[in-house]
Amino acid sequence: MAQFRQCPDTGLFFHKEAENLMKANAVAGVVCLLIAGVLALLVVLTRWPAVHLLPADAFYMVLTAHGICALIFWVIFFEMAILYFAGSTLLRSRLATPRWAWAGFVLMIVGAVMTLAAVFAGKSSVMMTSYVPMRAEPSFYLGLVIFAVGALIGCFVYLGTLVVAKNEKTYEGSVPLVTFGATVACVIAIFTIASGAEILIPTYLWSIGYISHIDPAMYRVIWWALGHSSQQINVAAHVAVWYLIAGVIFGARPMSEKVSRAAYLLYIFFLQLASAHHLMTDPGISSEWKIFNTSYAMYLAVLASMIHGLTVPGAIEVAQRKKGLTNGSFEWLRKAPWGNPVFSSMFISLVGFGFLGGISGVVMGTEQISIIIHNTIYVPGHFHATVVIGTTMAWMGLTYLLIPVLFRRKMILPQAAKLQPYIFGLGMSLVAVFHMAAGTLGVARRHWDMGFAGNPLGFEYPATAYLLMGIAGIGGVIAVAGGALFIAIAVGSLVFGEKLQKEAGLLQSFGFPLADSAYTNEKPARLPMAPAEAVEADHGEAGFEAPGTFILAMVLLVSFVIYYFINWKYLSEVWGLS
Amino acid sequence: MAEENKPDEQEDENISPWQQIIDNPFLLLFICVAMPTVFYTLWGVMEVATIPTAPY
Repeated sequence: MAQFRQCPDTGLFFHKEAENLMKANAVAGVVCLLIAGVLALLVVLTRWPAVHLLPADAFYMVLTAHGICALIFWVIFFEMAILYFAGSTLLRSRLATPRWAWAGFVLMIVGAVMTLAAVFAGKSSVMMTSYVPMRAEPSFYLGLVIFAVGALIGCFVYLGTLVVAKNEKTYEGSVPLVTFGATVACVIAIFTIASGAEILIPTYLWSIGYISHIDPAMYRVIWWALGHSSQQINVAAHVAVWYLIAGVIFGARPMSEKVSRAAYLLYIFFLQLASAHHLMTDPGISSEWKIFNTSYAMYLAVLASMIHGLTVPGAIEVAQRKKGLTNGSFEWLRKAPWGNPVFSSMFISLVGFGFLGGISGVVMGTEQISIIIHNTIYVPGHFHATVVIGTTMAWMGLTYLLIPVLFRRKMILPQAAKLQPYIFGLGMSLVAVFHMAAGTLGVARRHWDMGFAGNPLGFEYPATAYLLMGIAGIGGVIAVAGGALFIAIAVGSLVFGEKLQKEAGLLQSFGFPLADSAYTNEKPARLPMAPAEAVEADHGEAGFEAPGTFILAMVLLVSFVIYYFINWKYLSEVWGLS
Repeated sequence: MAEENKPDEQEDENISPWQQIIDNPFLLLFICVAMPTVFYTLWGVMEVATIPTAPY
C-alpha cells in the first residue's frame, strides 16, 4: 500500500519510498560536493602561481578526483533526487519499483567509491576525460560503468513512475512544466549513459588486456558524447529548478507554457550535438561535421537556453507586477527577496549561466574563434560558469527550499545562509572570468606549472597572465569558503536543525523512513490542471508585459555581440597579413 | 483526499495536439537518442574510421 504524507507548509505530497530515496541521493550528492570542494581548494592553491602548493603527481591525482567528483558524482546524485521529486512528489504518484531505485542507488555508491579509490591509489591520474592511451587502473573504468548502470536504473524508475502516474490518473492534463523539464534531463541522461557504455566498456577491456588498441580519435568522439552530454543533463535539470523556484517563491507561472516546452524540445533535438565543440581542433574530422553540429545545431540549443533565460525572469516580473511592484522597469527586481537564499541562489545561477557560461559557450562553439582558446584555462573558466554557477547554485537554492519541506528541519544559521549565495557566486564568478581572461592569453589548462619551469621548451607568458591566475586563485578560495558554508548549513540543519515534525530524527535526515504515523494510506487528491490565467489589467509598460526582462535580455544580447566580435579581433591578430 | 476524476476526453480538449504528442516520454527518449546518434556519433565515427592510413 502506497503511503503518503503532505507537507503542511507547501501542500506537496511525498510518497514514503520516494522521499527516502530523495534524501539518500541528495545527501550522497552533498558528500560528493564536500569531497570535490576540499579537492578544489588544493587545485586552486596549486594553480595560483604564487602558492603552487602540491607537487606535480599529487596535483594530477587531485585534479582527476575533483573533476569526477564534481562533474559526475555530485550533480548526478542530486539529479536522481530531482527526478524522484519531479516524478513522484510533483505528480502525486507512488514511485515505480522502489527496490530497483535502491539497487541503483547502491550501485552508484559502489561505483563512486571504486572510482575514487582507484584515483587516490595514485595510478589513475588520467583526468576526468581519461583519454587513451593514458591507462588507468581497471577499477577506475569499472567503477564509472557501475555508477552509470546505477544512474540508468534511476532513470528508468523515473520513466516507470511517469507511466504509473499516467495509468493511475494522479494528474489532469499534461505533466507540469517542471516534470517535463526533468523528463528532458532524464532522456538526455539515458543517451549520455549509453554513450558512456559504448566507450568505457571497451576501455575497461583494454585496461585488462582483452583489447589491444583503442583509437584515440575514435575515443574522443564517443567519449565527448558522454562528457558533454552529462553536462546537458544539468542544464535541462537546473532550468527545471529555476521554474520550480520561481513558482514556489513568487507563484510565477511561465509566460508561455507552449514556448517553454518548445524550448525544451529544442534541447532534445539539438543539445547533445554541441558535444562536437570539444573536437574543433581534432584532425580527421571534417569541417562539415563540426559546423553542422555546432554552428547550426548548437545555436538552436542556445536559442532554447535564451528562451528559458527570458521566460524565467519574465515570469517572475509578471508575478511581481501583479502584486503592485510596477514602478519603473526594475522595481519588481529591486524588491525581490534578495535575503532569501532560495531565490538569490537561483537568480545568481540564472544570470551567471547566461552572461558568463552562455556567451563564452557560443564563442567556444565557433570553429574559427574556438582555436584561440582551445585547451586553455578558458575552458575550465567557461564550465565553472555553467556547471558551478549555473547548476550547483541552482542545486543549492533547491536544497535551501527542501531542508524544511523534505527533511522537516528548520535551517540553522539563517543570517549566514543569506550571505552564502553571494560569497559562493562572487568567488566562482572571479574564477570563471579570470580563468577565461588567462585562457585568452594562452595559459594551458590542466597543467601543474604554467611556466613549464626547468623544461627545455619553457614559455614566457606576459606578467598579466600570472596576475590573472592569482586573482582567479583568490576567487577560488572565496568560492571554497562559500561552498563550505553551504555544506555547514545544509548538513548542520539536518543534524542540529529544529525538528518541524516530531518524527524527523537524525537517521530520518539521511534516508531512513519517518515513523508510520507520519503517513496515511489514502491516495492524494488528483493534481488538477492549472486554471487558465484570468485576463487582468496590463501591469507592464511601453507595450511590454515584462519590460525589465526585455531590457536585461537586450543587455545580454549586446554583451554577447561585443564579446563575440572582440574574439574575432583576437583571432585576426594571431596571423598578421602584412 | 480522493476526488472525482474528469473524463479523459474533456481533459484532452484542453491540451493542444502537439503537446499531447510530446507528452509521451518514450517518444522524447527516441528522438533524444536518435538525433545525436545519427548526426554526432555515427557520422563522427565514420569520419574517423575512413581516415586513410599513412603509407610506410
